[in-house]
Amino acid sequence: MDTWSLLSICVLLGLTTRWAVSLNSYSGAGKPPMFGDYEAQRHWQEITYNLPVHEWYFNTTDNNLNYWGLDYPPLTAYHSLLCGHVASLINPDWVELHTSQGFESSAHKLFMRATVLIADLLMYVPAVVLYCFYLSEGSNRKKVCLVLCILLYPGLILIDYGHFQYNSISLGLALWGVLGLGLGWDMLGSLAFVLAVNYKQMELYHSLPFFCYLLGKCFKQGMAGRGLFLLVKIAVTVLVTFTLCWLPFLTDPGQVLQVLHRLFPVGRGLFEVLCGNLHSFYLAATLLAALPSSIKLLTKPTLWQFKLALVNSSLAFFLFSFQVHEKSILLPALPVCLLLGDLPLPAVWFLQASTFSMLPLFLKDGLFVPYAVTSSAFVFYSVYLLSALEHSSEEELQLKSLSLLPFLSQSPGQFYLSVAAMAGLSFMSVALAPPARLPDLFPLLVSVFSFLHFLGLLLYFNVVQIAEPPSPRRKNPKKTE
Amino acid sequence: KNSFGLCCHEITHIFHSTDFEVHRNWLAITHSLPVSKWYHESTSEWTLDYPPLFAWFEYGLSHVAQHFDKKMLVVQNLGYASPATVLFQRLSVIATDVVFIYAVRECCRSVREEKGSKDLLVRPYFILAALLLWNYGLLIVDHIHFQYNGFLCGILLLSVARHLQGRHLEGAFLFAVLLNLKHIYLYIAPAYGIFLLRSYCFTKDNTDGSVRWSSLSLVRLIALGSIVISVCALSFGPFIAMGQLPQVLSRLFPFKRGLCHAYWAPNIWALYNVVDKALSVLGLRLKLLANLPKASMTGGLVQEFQHSVLPSVSPSATLICTLVSILPAVLSIWRCPRGARGFLRCLVVCALCSFMFGWHVHEKAILMAILPLSVLAVESREDAGIFLMLATTGHYSLFPLLFTATEMPTKVLLILLFTLYSFTSLKKLFRGFLLNTLEVTYLLGLIAVEIICEVVYPLLPWKQTLPFVTLLAKSVYCSLGVSYSFIRLYLSILRPTDKPKEL
Repeated sequence: MDTWSLLSICVLLGLTTRWAVSLNSYSGAGKPPMFGDYEAQRHWQEITYNLPVHEWYFNTTDNNLNYWGLDYPPLTAYHSLLCGHVASLINPDWVELHTSQGFESSAHKLFMRATVLIADLLMYVPAVVLYCFYLSEGSNRKKVCLVLCILLYPGLILIDYGHFQYNSISLGLALWGVLGLGLGWDMLGSLAFVLAVNYKQMELYHSLPFFCYLLGKCFKQGMAGRGLFLLVKIAVTVLVTFTLCWLPFLTDPGQVLQVLHRLFPVGRGLFEVLCGNLHSFYLAATLLAALPSSIKLLTKPTLWQFKLALVNSSLAFFLFSFQVHEKSILLPALPVCLLLGDLPLPAVWFLQASTFSMLPLFLKDGLFVPYAVTSSAFVFYSVYLLSALEHSSEEELQLKSLSLLPFLSQSPGQFYLSVAAMAGLSFMSVALAPPARLPDLFPLLVSVFSFLHFLGLLLYFNVVQIAEPPSPRRKNPKKTE
Repeated sequence: KNSFGLCCHEITHIFHSTDFEVHRNWLAITHSLPVSKWYHESTSEWTLDYPPLFAWFEYGLSHVAQHFDKKMLVVQNLGYASPATVLFQRLSVIATDVVFIYAVRECCRSVREEKGSKDLLVRPYFILAALLLWNYGLLIVDHIHFQYNGFLCGILLLSVARHLQGRHLEGAFLFAVLLNLKHIYLYIAPAYGIFLLRSYCFTKDNTDGSVRWSSLSLVRLIALGSIVISVCALSFGPFIAMGQLPQVLSRLFPFKRGLCHAYWAPNIWALYNVVDKALSVLGLRLKLLANLPKASMTGGLVQEFQHSVLPSVSPSATLICTLVSILPAVLSIWRCPRGARGFLRCLVVCALCSFMFGWHVHEKAILMAILPLSVLAVESREDAGIFLMLATTGHYSLFPLLFTATEMPTKVLLILLFTLYSFTSLKKLFRGFLLNTLEVTYLLGLIAVEIICEVVYPLLPWKQTLPFVTLLAKSVYCSLGVSYSFIRLYLSILRPTDKPKEL
C-alpha cells in the first residue's frame, strides 16, 4: 500500500485513540474546592483574558495566586489568552472573572478537549511524522510503524487527554528543536527549543544536551572561524527569542523577578539556595549524574549522541531532582520515543515503565480503563511492529564491548516478566484494598518498581552513550533514503 | 492478527443509549420473573421483542450480572445505570464478540487467493479480516450505541463460512440458531432454504444444469429438517406448551410502528415519502389539490404515516413488495445454482431487498448486507466496486445514530479510517480503480452533504421552522447510493454468464 495512505491511517488511529481517551474523566472532576489541573487551565484562561498583563503573575484582589496561580512561563499565558478569547466567543460564562470558578459542563469539557486536540495536531503530530520520515532509518513501512508507535505512547495521551495538560505543545516544540538540529538548521532548532522552554520551564531538563550539542558543534567547526560565528548566531537567536517572549514583562524588573519566583519557587534569597540548602545537594547530585553524558556529547556532537544525551540528562534530572512531579517522566519519555527505531526493546520497556509509574495519578483521576487499554495496545503493537524482541542480541543492544553483562541475553524473558509484574500490580491496585496498616502500599510498590527500572535503564543508556567509540559512527545522522 | 481485532473492540466508551436500557430491562425480566411472564411483562416500554432463544441468552447473562450489581436485575429499576452495570454490559458485548472474531477467522480461511506471494497487508485474508473486524458500522452500533450485533453477525458469518467450506449441516444449524435469536433474519431465510434444498438435497444436476428430481436425497432432507425443527422446538417449545404462542408472536411482530423509523433508513420508502411530499407541495402550489390532510411523517418514533398524494403503504404491502423483489434472485439460484458463492450473493441480495422494501427498517439493518458482501468483495473486482459504494453510503447513513457534539470527532475519525483503508486496500488488491467517475463524485458529495447539514444549515434561519430537513436530506441522498448498489448487485445475480471462478 502507498506510504501516504498507511501514514494517514496511522495518524487517524492515533487521533482516534486520543479522542477516545478524552471522553473519560479529567483531573479534579467534581472535586471542589480546588478541583485539579483542568480547572487550573480554565482559571488561567479566565485570568489572562480578563486581567492586564502586569497582573497575571501577581497576587491581587482579582488574582489569588493560592488558587492555581500561574506558574508556567509566558508562552503558556499567551496560549491561555488565545483559548480564553475563543472561549468567550462561544460562552462568556466559561471565563467570567470570579464567577466561573469551578465551572464544569459537558460543553465546556468538549471545548477544553478540543483545544488539546488542536494543539496536538498543530504541534506534536507533524513533528513526529517529520522526525520519523527524515531523521530515522529503515524502509518506508518501518517509518510508518514508528509513527504509529510514537503516537500510541500512552503516557502522553493519558496525561494530555485524560488528566488534562498541554504537554504536547512543549514536547512538540522540543521535538521541532531536535528536528532542526538534526537537519542542520541550528538556529531554527534553537528557536524552537527556546520556545519550548518558554512554554514549560521543565523543558530545562533538556537544556543541557541542547547546550552541549551546539557548543560541541561550534568547537568542532573551530572557535577561530565558523564555530565562533555559529556560536554568536545561536546566542543571538536565543536572546532575541527570550526577549520577544518576555517583552511585556521587561518593562519592569519587578515583573521579571516575580515571574521567575513563580516559575522556580525556591524561597526568597538566592543566597539561601547556594549556602548549604537541600536544593544545592540535589542540584549537585543531578548535575553529577548528567555530567558524563554531557561531556561525551560535547566531545562528539552527533545526532545519535544527542538523542542519547537527551534521555540521560532528563532521566538524571527526573531521578535526582528535588520535588519532581511524576508527570515529569514525560520529559525523558520523549527522547526515548525517538529511540524506538534504534533500540526497540529498551525503549518499549522504558515507555511502558513510565506509563506504569503514573498509575497512582491515573487511579486518582478515574482513568484506569483507558490506562489498561492503551498500555496493552502500546506494548502489543510496538513489540509486534518493531520486532523488539528479535532485535535484542548483544550487538544490537550496542553492548558488544561489554560482554560482562551476561544477564542481558535473557532480555526478552525479563521483559515479559516485568510487563507481567506491572500488569499484576496494576490490577491489584484497583481490585484489592491495601492492608489497614499500610494504606499506601500499592503506590509505594509502584514507585519502587518504577524507580528500579528507571535507574537500571539510566545506567544502560549511559553505558550505550559513553561506551561508543570516538571513531566515525556507523550510522549517518542525516536521512539516508 | 486476531488479537489486532480484539484491540479495536477494547475501545469502550461510557455511553448510554436507549438500547442499553432495553437490554438491562431484559436481563431483569429474565432473571426475576418466571418464564411464563416473560412475554407478558410490560412495566417498561421496552418489552421483550426478540425470539425466545435470545431471552434464554439474556437469562444466562443475568446469572453473571448478579455478581456485578444486583440492583440492575430489579424490573422496577427503570433507567438504572450504575458504573458496574455499564461495565458489565460492555464486557458482555466484548465477550460475545469472541464469536464474531472466530467467525471472521473462519471466513478468512475460506477466501480464495491468487497464487503468488504478496506482502501481508495486501493479502485477501488480511484485508477481509480488517474490513470485518474494523467495520465502522459494527463498531458504532455495537460499542457506542450498544447492541449484540457483533455476536449475531458472528453467527451469521460463521454459518456462511461453514457453507463456503462445504459443511452444510453445521451452517444450517447455525442459521436456525440465529433465526431464533433475532427474527429479522427471516428475510434471508429464503436464500438458505432454496440453496440448501437445491444444492444440498438434490445431489446431482442434469447436464444442462437444471434440477434432477430423482436425485433427491431424503436422508439429507430429513437431517436438515430435524435440525431446524429441533432448534425451534428448543426455543419456542416452552411457550407453545404454555399456550403463549400468539402472545409471543404479537410481541415479535409489532406492526403498530410506523413505515419509517424516526431517522429514515435510506430505502425506497424514504424516497417514496419525499416524492409524496414534493408532489403534495407542488399540487398545492399549482392549485391542483385542495385541503390535503397534513402529512406528518417525521414526528416521534411510532407515528403512523399518512401519505397525501401517493397511496399510503401498509405493512402487508411492504411484505408483498419484499417477497416480490426476492423472487427473481431466489429463482435464479434454483435454476442455475452457482455453489456457495452464488448462495452468498443471493443472501446479500435478500438482505438488501428487505432493507429496501421492509416495514420500519432501522438503518442498522444495512450491516446485514455489508458484512457478507465483504467476503465477496475480496474475491471479485466488480463486487469490490459495489462494496465500496454500499459500505461508504451505508456507514454514512449511520451518522444520525450518534448526534452529540462529543461523538462527532469519534465517528468522523472512524469513518475516515475505514473508508481510507477499504479504498486503498481493495485498490491495491485488484490493481486499479474500482469506481467510475460518477460514483466517485457521488461519494464526494457525501462530504458536501455532511458539511452542509452540520455546518451551513444551522447558520440558516430555516433551522427553527424545518429542523428535520437535514435528516431528510441525508436519508434521501444515501438512499440513492443504496438503491444504485442494490440494482448493480441484483443484475450481477441475474446475469447468466458467470466467470468460472465464481463457482
